[in-house]
Parts: sequence; structure tokens; C-alpha cells
Amino acid sequence: MIRWLLALMLMLAPAIAMAQAASDPAPLQFNDAAEERRFHALTSELRCVMCQNQSLADSNAMIAHDLRREVLALMRQGRSDAQVKQFLVARYGEFVLYQPPVAAKTWLLWFGPALLLLAGGIVIARIVRRRSGTGTVPADDRQEW
Amino acid sequence: MTLGRWLPLVIFAALALLLAAGVWLSRNPNREALPSPLIGKPAPAFSLPVLHESGRLVSSAELRGAPYLLNVWGSWCPECRVEHPVLTRFAETKRLRVIGYNLKDERVDALRWLEQFGNPYWLVLVDYEGKQGIDWGIYGAPETFLVDGGGVVRWKHVGPLSDAIIRDQLLPQLTALDGRQ
Repeated sequence: MIRWLLALMLMLAPAIAMAQAASDPAPLQFNDAAEERRFHALTSELRCVMCQNQSLADSNAMIAHDLRREVLALMRQGRSDAQVKQFLVARYGEFVLYQPPVAAKTWLLWFGPALLLLAGGIVIARIVRRRSGTGTVPADDRQEW
Repeated sequence: MTLGRWLPLVIFAALALLLAAGVWLSRNPNREALPSPLIGKPAPAFSLPVLHESGRLVSSAELRGAPYLLNVWGSWCPECRVEHPVLTRFAETKRLRVIGYNLKDERVDALRWLEQFGNPYWLVLVDYEGKQGIDWGIYGAPETFLVDGGGVVRWKHVGPLSDAIIRDQLLPQLTALDGRQ
């Protein structure tokens, strides 16, 4: 039974691979490895606007294909990474950035975790100090802990 | 010492409040819709072919002077069929020009779709590559923009329009536009 299932899966594997290949009508062609590296680094820092839990690099949505093509075109026009990001932010909003800029409305987002850590540290410090102050050493030191 | 005893309860209450706030903030069923950075800014300049007249191009400058509603649709988009009767009812009130933005479609399919369900649009523009759609920040269909007579984007809705959205959001925007003129 398992052998049959394995055989079936092996037979289906090429079909899955082909379906993947066919879903991108025009795969991007890179001039060189450096361009490809820069492209992948840049698109992995950008969020897909359609399927919002994927990066632009990973997403298979129609708009992600279009935006990837646009990003490559902008790169070839000589725009810097920051300019490409600015281009997308102007059209789709700051949502496309995985790292939002540090601004008054994102302070909580950026510094909130540090604030929580600080609060936790203060609580622990107070508890430790109180316990050491009261001297909780038992009178009977033969007692096992 | 009483404070220390109540501390776990206080922390629990604070946490419960935080989680309740999270639930409350995500009550909007359309919460995945991105707010458009274009609101209050001039609509992108465009020049697009017209679906029903091959060879004719319409530019953003030609549409100036009166507000229009730009509705992004495609024959491939199931939600556009849901929205279609709502949009048709609104277009029939002749409150303003309703312009179709036929995104990433095939001409034959688009014409057949309009033939089958009826054409609510005053004009249908065509963007089959989706290149100018990026300037609008369009990422799917249906999406709807309200552009005023000065060419400034006033409102955007992502997802199908409903009678309630038109009544509660679009019509107040239009009243505000009338007041400004």
C-alpha cells in the first residue's frame, strides 16, 4: 500500500513542478549574479500587498509578479534600494516595508519590547531585593530544600 | 503586602484588556485592505486606451473638471460580479461619471462580460499590462477610487462595493465635494 502511494507521489512530482513553472508566465532574466543577489535581497525586505504574510520575493500573486518586474526595471534604471522602496511606499503605503521607519507613530512598535523588558527587569529586581531584605534563611538549617 | 498579593490579578486583568483591545481593533472584516497613500494627493497622470473604441486614448487631463468614480474590474474577478448590481444601481442615479478600469484582462472576455451582465460604465479604460495600475497602487480587483474635479484622489475602497458602503462612505464624500465647490 505504502509502496503504491510512493509510486503515485513520484509520478505526481513532475506534474507539481510543471504547475509551478507554468504559473509565472515570464520568469525574470538577470544580467549577472550580482544583480540577482541584489534583487533577492531587496524583494525579501518588501511585503507582498496581496497575500500579506509573504514577502514580495516569495509570493505567487499576480500583483507580486508585476511588482517584481517593476522592481527589476527600476534597478536597471539605476535607482538605489532606498529609491525603489520610496517608489513603492508612495503607491502602496508604508505597509510594503517589513522594517517601518522610526517615527512618532511607530515608537511603540520599535521601543515597546525594550520597554516591556525594562518593566520586567524592574519587577524582578524589586522582588529579589524584598526577599533578600526579609532574611528568609530558615531557623532550622537541617531542613532539606 | 496586599499589593503584592493582588499583583497577579492586576496583570491578568491588564492582559485580558490588551487581548480584548486586539479583538476589538480587528473587528473590521475588511482589515486586510491597505489604506491608500494617494488620498488627498493628485491622481497619477495616465493615458489609457478605451475598451469600446480601439485607437482612442483618454488621458487624466481630459477627465478634469468634474469628479469621477474609477472602478477597477476584470472578467476574471468573481467579486466584481458580486459588486456589479450594486455599482449598476449607483451608476443609474447619475450622481457622477462611473469609469471602468479594466485590469489585466482580454478584450474579448471583457466585452463579453459587459454584454452578459450589462455595462454600468460611462467609459471603460483598459490596462492589460497592469503597468499604470501600479501608479494607482492597485493590487487587485475590485477597487474603487473617487477623484474630484481637480484631479485629487478623495477616497478609496478595496473590495466589492455594497449599498451600505456607498451610503455611509461614498455619498458623504460626494456631499463634502459639493460643499467645497
